[in-house]
Amino acid sequence: MKKEKLKKWQELPIGGLILDMGNSSETQTGDWNPNRLVWHDDTCTHCLLCWINCPDASIKVKDSKMIGIDDYHCKVCGICVEVCPTKPKSLEIISEEVA
Amino acid sequence: MEKGTLEEKKSKRRVSLTGDDAIAEAMRQINPHVVAAYPITPSTQVVESFARFVADGLVDTEFVATESEHSAMSACVGAAAGGGRVMTVTGSQGLAYMFEVLGVTSGLRLPMVMAIANRALNSPLNIHGDHSDTMAMRDMGWIHLYSENGQEAYDNTIQAFRIAENPNVRTPVLVAIDGFQTSHMVETLTVEPDNLVKRFIGEYIASYPMLDIDNPVLYGAADRPDYYMEHKRSQLVGMINAPEVIQQVGQEYGALTGRYYGLVEEYRMEDAEHAIVVMSATAGSVKDVIDQLREEGVTAGLLKVRAFRPFPAEEVAKSLSRTKSVAVLDRCGTGGAQGGPLFLEVRAALYEEKSPPQVINYIYGLGGRDLPLRHIKDVYLRLREIARTGERGKLVDFLNLRE
Repeated sequence: MKKEKLKKWQELPIGGLILDMGNSSETQTGDWNPNRLVWHDDTCTHCLLCWINCPDASIKVKDSKMIGIDDYHCKVCGICVEVCPTKPKSLEIISEEVA
Repeated sequence: MEKGTLEEKKSKRRVSLTGDDAIAEAMRQINPHVVAAYPITPSTQVVESFARFVADGLVDTEFVATESEHSAMSACVGAAAGGGRVMTVTGSQGLAYMFEVLGVTSGLRLPMVMAIANRALNSPLNIHGDHSDTMAMRDMGWIHLYSENGQEAYDNTIQAFRIAENPNVRTPVLVAIDGFQTSHMVETLTVEPDNLVKRFIGEYIASYPMLDIDNPVLYGAADRPDYYMEHKRSQLVGMINAPEVIQQVGQEYGALTGRYYGLVEEYRMEDAEHAIVVMSATAGSVKDVIDQLREEGVTAGLLKVRAFRPFPAEEVAKSLSRTKSVAVLDRCGTGGAQGGPLFLEVRAALYEEKSPPQVINYIYGLGGRDLPLRHIKDVYLRLREIARTGERGKLVDFLNLRE
């Protein structure tokens, strides 16, 4: 996972303003949770229920197929694991120690 | 530096106004885009008079009568972020009620001006003058200017906009007058011509106005621990740049009007051995006492602090370093600190001096308590005694207190 580059105080816009709209994607929220989300592509049916339900747009999709997880933003909330219909689940939370 | 035209000099007016009305008159000439306020004694008359100007069509201001001071300051924040030139007026409990929004204003670097008629804080309930209200918010990131009389209240209100709006400062400014002593006392003062004031403050150019929909900007984002410190350090830039701008604006204003302003004002300090440091209306009384004492051979002087935030430590140290004994008069309690807020600043400013004067502190005038001239005279006589014997005695004491 690449590291977010933190700015010096001299580089910040006046008054804590945000001048470039939509820059929240630059904020690394992926390190908020020490646990990790993993995807098992062998059982995944690409139903995309995880993509619909993810509150952080962290399920990466290309050509209507799931292709992976955006670890830079995924907070490992577990909603995708809840909604995943396959047996066994195609999404799994693994603890910090295992990760 | 630009001078006023001859025609402008002729159209100066000498008028008798209360301190409140002097501020209202300045506001009429400034013609802010938005004024949001809630009335509170002793600043109410400013808003009442200004509301009349609005009703009479003398200004173009959008006047917002809010349901509380918290709402008044919140409306001001919105209006200033929108790109407007904004002003409000309050004091005491009203200022206390604004408290959480005061930090929003300075944190967002919104240049607005707030006039304050200084008044005591509860409890006990008291509507009269002292500095407890603005001293309680001394570290909220606002620039503080204190006015000795109606003339200074008028002049400071006009200059405050130039200071607040300077691109290197962009920090809110409060202009304080003593409740009742200045707010309700009628004095004769000079009112400059409307067009001179208009030219002096200039057209307001907002930076990053929210109403500029082609260039969207977000005000009030959240910070986690990884950015809060950097933002607070960047906020300080306005405060660090402020002293130079306050002096420069004071000089420019002086060239136009003949009334020059700095961070501090010295009165008979050239050869003073005993000095009083004080802010606002009491400085006038101290000047009178100095004139009397000088005739009696006491080398008395006054250092009046006009800009309390940012605190002009260098100027204060330079001015007081030549004296032998100093009394700082605080119109505010200590709250358990080592002395009043002004005293703490002055004493800290003198710490680097090789042979600093003895500095004592008096708490005076709380809740509108009068300070007769003889008490000020007693302070100077004690200062002379301290210088003669070298014995300082009590560090913090009260003036005109029954005990």
